[in-house]
Amino acid sequence: MLVINDIEKKFNAGTVNEKVALSKFSLSLAEGDFVTVIGGNGAGKSTFLNCVAGVFGVDQGSILIDGLDVTKLPEHKRSGVIGRVFQDPMMGTAGNMGIEENLALAYRRGKTRSLSWGISHKEREIYKEYLSHLDLGLENRLHAKVGLLSGGQRQALTLLMATLKKPKLLLLDEHTAALDPKTADKVLKLSDRFVNEGNLTTLMVTHNMRHAIEHGNRLIMMHEGRVILDIKGEEKQQLTVDDLLKRFGQVSGEEFANDRALLS
Amino acid sequence: MFEIILGAISLGLLWAVMTIGVYITYRILDIADLTVEGSIAMGAAIAAFSIFNGMNPFIATGLAFVGGMLAGLVTGILHTKLKIPALLAGILTMIALYSVNLRIMGKANLSLLRIDTVFTPLEQLGLSSTNAVMLFGFISVMAIIGLLYWFFGTEIGCAIRATGDNPQMARAQGINTNNMIILGLVISNGLVALSGSLIAQSQSFADIQMGIGSIVIGLASVIIGEVIFGTRNFFNCLISLVLGAITYRIIIALVLKMGMPANDLKLFTAITVAIALSLPVFKSYLRPLKKSMNGGAR
Repeated sequence: MLVINDIEKKFNAGTVNEKVALSKFSLSLAEGDFVTVIGGNGAGKSTFLNCVAGVFGVDQGSILIDGLDVTKLPEHKRSGVIGRVFQDPMMGTAGNMGIEENLALAYRRGKTRSLSWGISHKEREIYKEYLSHLDLGLENRLHAKVGLLSGGQRQALTLLMATLKKPKLLLLDEHTAALDPKTADKVLKLSDRFVNEGNLTTLMVTHNMRHAIEHGNRLIMMHEGRVILDIKGEEKQQLTVDDLLKRFGQVSGEEFANDRALLS
Repeated sequence: MFEIILGAISLGLLWAVMTIGVYITYRILDIADLTVEGSIAMGAAIAAFSIFNGMNPFIATGLAFVGGMLAGLVTGILHTKLKIPALLAGILTMIALYSVNLRIMGKANLSLLRIDTVFTPLEQLGLSSTNAVMLFGFISVMAIIGLLYWFFGTEIGCAIRATGDNPQMARAQGINTNNMIILGLVISNGLVALSGSLIAQSQSFADIQMGIGSIVIGLASVIIGEVIFGTRNFFNCLISLVLGAITYRIIIALVLKMGMPANDLKLFTAITVAIALSLPVFKSYLRPLKKSMNGGAR
């Protein structure tokens, strides 16, 4: 579903601040794969996700989604097949617009927008139905501005928006990092449900080792812009946090450097 | 006195068209677009020159609208494709338009005295010139509000609003934010130029200087409208803008009547806008004060 061939990404190339964020990064995802991505500070996890989403281009290599080469496509064109949830709950929704308006924007992802009405009556019923599944009572607040919602509610809504039009690829970029533990668990459960129901090919970046182990069918660990561990199937199911730390030490020859990951 | 108020209302209705244009960039797109200073004079210049040379005033007014849209297009391309900051892109177009407007008119001002304008048909029905401007202004403003209310409810209109609200989210939902910004600037400056052409026809002359300070007048009208008449929903916002533009004109007419020299007008407007824009800061200073006056700590 997703094929990444040898991509490279440098920031501030040719200056003293040059930073190689991704080097010779390759990865291939089968349809329905739910891959968790973990790594230390500055390992290139977010850069990787942003390259796939098209927030910025890559210096070398190619990215294919479902056989289509998207390497040169701008961000808004790739969005037709990609659903995204960001770390910052403010980032995935338009705060001054209503809940139904946000959903309507997402409902038209990948479609040429015209001068027909932004929301139809028929859609409203669909949105109510979907919102009621979130169990947050949002189905009765269709007109409420999204800016009035809590971080958890916004993240749940963003998740719904990302999957409203079934994406070929779902990108979750530390989407529970800004939430309190209880809300984070709720949003993670919801993510699991959406991914399973839609059999979505998913990449989930997380800084939480427990989350990385408990969710998905495959785990990759990144270090200095490369994949250093790729664990799947049976092996993934039996993985523990201690295993993961030990194996990181063996492969990289360093201590795992991410305070947040160790604390949680 | 009554006459002065009526004059202020009719002029306010024409400026309301411009205020709506400013609102589209300033509030919906979240861009302070200085192009308007040039495009308002451009609308006046195009309409005055065309009418002066015998063109049907309605066609001339339409031409002014198109001219303004082109000015917005230039700023939009400078800002999105060439990555120039919005404020600077607007200033560049504004300065360029000064020369363009001189080229259009051929001189610094053009008189339309005793020449038919869009207001003439109404005057021929027996209305006074003030009443003709008021009726024509009212009808145009209502038509524009209706059109914009519809437009910003369509898929494209919603995409423009999302772009102004959260560009990152908009791109993630497949919206080409650059094109939406350009489209917003085009519509906005079209309306501003339309307003300029109507103002020139109502006062029977176009002047190269008439754009100076217009952005501040536009902002003043937006803020006065929002503060006094509310922002409950989009329709309410649009009505507030019109009432804001009229209120601004009435205030100006009154302070002039009370004896303020006309030369101090721009200073007065700038101070008004500065105070209005800094209200949130003052409010946050006043809040603890209020609290302590309401019975101390909680």
